[in-house]
Amino acid sequence: MNILVLLKQTFDTEEKIVLENGKVSEEGVEFVINPYDEYAVEEAIKIKEELGGEVTTISLGPDRFESAIRTALAMGVDKAILVDDPDVFGDEYTAAKVLTEVIKDQTYDLILAGYVAVDDASGQVPQRIADMLNIPIISTAVKIEIDGSNITVHRDVEGDTEILEAPLPVIITSQQGLNDPRYPSLPGIMKAKKKPLDRLSADDIGVSPDEVKAKTEVIETFLPPKKEAGRILSGEISDQGRELVQLLRSEAKVI
Amino acid sequence: MVNFELTKEQKMIKDMVRKFAESEVAPIAEHIDKTAEFPMDTFKKMGELGLLGIPFPEKYGGSGGDTLSYIIVVEEIGRACGSTGLSYAAAVSLGASPIYYYGTEEQKQTYLIPLASGKALGSFGLTEPNAGSDAGSTRTKAVLDGDHYTINGEKIFITNAGYSKTIIVTAVTGKNERGRNIISAFIVPSDTLGVKITSNYEKMGVRGSNTSSIYLENVRVPKENILGDPKKGFKQFLYTLDGGRISIAALSVGIAQAAFEAAINYAKERVQFGHTLSSYQSIQFKLADMAMQIELARNMVYKAAWLKDNGRPFTLESAIAKLYASEAAFYISNQAIQIHGGNGYMREYHVERYLRDAKLMEIGEGTSEIQRMVIARQLGL
Ligand SMILES: Cc1cc2nc3c(=O)[nH]c(=O)nc-3n(C[C@H](O)[C@H](O)[C@H](O)COP(=O)(O)OP(=O)(O)OC[C@H]3O[C@@H](n4cnc5c(N)ncnc54)[C@H](O)[C@@H]3O)c2cc1C
Ligand SMILES: Cc1cc2nc3c(=O)[nH]c(=O)nc-3n(C[C@H](O)[C@H](O)[C@H](O)COP(=O)(O)OP(=O)(O)OC[C@H]3O[C@@H](n4cnc5c(N)ncnc54)[C@H](O)[C@@H]3O)c2cc1C
Repeated sequence: MNILVLLKQTFDTEEKIVLENGKVSEEGVEFVINPYDEYAVEEAIKIKEELGGEVTTISLGPDRFESAIRTALAMGVDKAILVDDPDVFGDEYTAAKVLTEVIKDQTYDLILAGYVAVDDASGQVPQRIADMLNIPIISTAVKIEIDGSNITVHRDVEGDTEILEAPLPVIITSQQGLNDPRYPSLPGIMKAKKKPLDRLSADDIGVSPDEVKAKTEVIETFLPPKKEAGRILSGEISDQGRELVQLLRSEAKVI
Repeated sequence: MVNFELTKEQKMIKDMVRKFAESEVAPIAEHIDKTAEFPMDTFKKMGELGLLGIPFPEKYGGSGGDTLSYIIVVEEIGRACGSTGLSYAAAVSLGASPIYYYGTEEQKQTYLIPLASGKALGSFGLTEPNAGSDAGSTRTKAVLDGDHYTINGEKIFITNAGYSKTIIVTAVTGKNERGRNIISAFIVPSDTLGVKITSNYEKMGVRGSNTSSIYLENVRVPKENILGDPKKGFKQFLYTLDGGRISIAALSVGIAQAAFEAAINYAKERVQFGHTLSSYQSIQFKLADMAMQIELARNMVYKAAWLKDNGRPFTLESAIAKLYASEAAFYISNQAIQIHGGNGYMREYHVERYLRDAKLMEIGEGTSEIQRMVIARQLGL
């Protein structure tokens, strides 16, 4: 079973976000594996441990991605590919197109990814790739079972569970609860530096920056307004109720 | 060339251990302090992650890391829990390291592999009722009797002994031409007949770390269990302690870091006289002193570790690191309590535990006075 995992490095979600010149500042920020991708990595390693095969991560992003990739290698991934050519950085369309080109050169039975990246939170890339590769996709998996060339996936649907089956190859995206990612062990960390990490450019994968140019443009980046302190109404409950409805209409303007 | 950048592996180890310590070690720190329960489960997990074998080669069950990586781990575990940090540092620096430094190939195969691979813990029994700082006054005796040594004596305050598979015991094996004791070290499996271990101390701090007395009554170990040069047991444990001191220094930095973080966060939140404590210069100065001392201590610890990794002498630097870091940790945890006011005196806020744990750092593996003696001797005095 050869498994590809799409891996993105993101902000540590506990970091404070600072805007500088209309962009999110990366100054002094900690970067981590996108938490949902970490579930995907863990699942891939678990499947490999059970069924054999090889796990490869595929990433598109700047050089700093290496630390996230090395962590995945330390957890037990076998090899990694990083397209670190800024000429092919763009939007979700760009990412899907570039990653698809990389994937086409691999042999695989299964592709795992996170259902969303916690930074941009678009949740589009795996779906777009599935479409470009013309293979099925099942999103927000909380349980994956493989039986021969069939796969059964329990997926989270707004708190309920839906059970789907699909033939391989298929793309599956992970939801929280899929597993408990392991810590990379010390021997794993020491071995990670000897595992192959291929860095590819636009040329290497045979795409021209033009054909993958972003189809969207960010007009403005801004922080959500600060939360104001709440107000506690007082008096008779029935009066409070009336006042509340009044305020929701006149002040909050939500009804 | 001076380079203050950690390697990729060292950074990855730091990240991993911080996560591990925050989710597996810190949550039970208060509990093991209160109950004095040894966190065996934590040690199993640490063993599985390869943490107990960082500075040992893979062929002995280790992870093939360096001293600096190990030191980083001690600090992170210590930041989460002083007790766990002490037992961890003792297991690696005192229980396993001497076998790696001085053991024969066969001893390494038999005794180091289980320790380095995290399947068992080891201890180091040097201190006796009448031989603490003056370790040369050891009274425990080992007498060669055919192909066995018979050991008699008593060891006190031995970290992890209640949970150890092997104990390295120092004992007098004779006198040299100047009438001085010849001290040798022995590997004693703790289930050997005649070994009795009790863990009855009621400690002030590091209460979750196991501390035991060991009674050795006609304990017979094969002649092959002597560790290293039979005549150089004294020198060997001095070297072992030099290494151990770097880890106690790192543990001190970890405790100090935890105390500092608690203090600065509290100072930013707590309002008295209409402003946060952090807005008062006297509190700012305390926090500035804390940050300065932590930075200096950590740099000294890293330097001592670097010297050891590069095969240079490090006796002076490890003594300086241990002395400075332990005294800084005590000062910093004390000031952290001060900044917390009455809350700081209460268990709930953890800082009182940091002070109790930090106190041991000024005593174990050579008191502050002994560190000053070591430094003075290195200065040629
Ligand atoms: C929790 C804990 C864990 C420990 N773990 C271990 C372990 O795993 N293995 C082990 O072998 N030991 C261990 N010890 C023992 C520890 O190393 C000794 O307690 C320490 O070395 C001090 O020895 P002592 O207690 O006999 O004090 P003493 O040597 O009696 O010292 C008492 C005081 O006198 C001072 N002093 C002594 N000599 C001089 C001098 N010449 N000049 C000036 N001042 C002097 C000391 O600095 C100290 O302040 C542990 C102790 C504790 C508390
Ligand atoms: C065991 C115990 C028994 C007690 N018994 C009693 C009792 O019987 N009756 C009673 O009324 N109280 C009692 N107290 C409360 C005690 O008096 C207070 O804890 C103490 O006055 C400190 O107040 P605080 O805890 O609110 O600390 P805070 O006032 O929050 O002080 C925290 C830190 O900030 C510093 N600080 C505060 N303001 C400033 C400033 N303007 N500039 C610079 N530094 C500042 C303080 O010096 C301290 O270091 C008791 C407390 C304890 C722990």
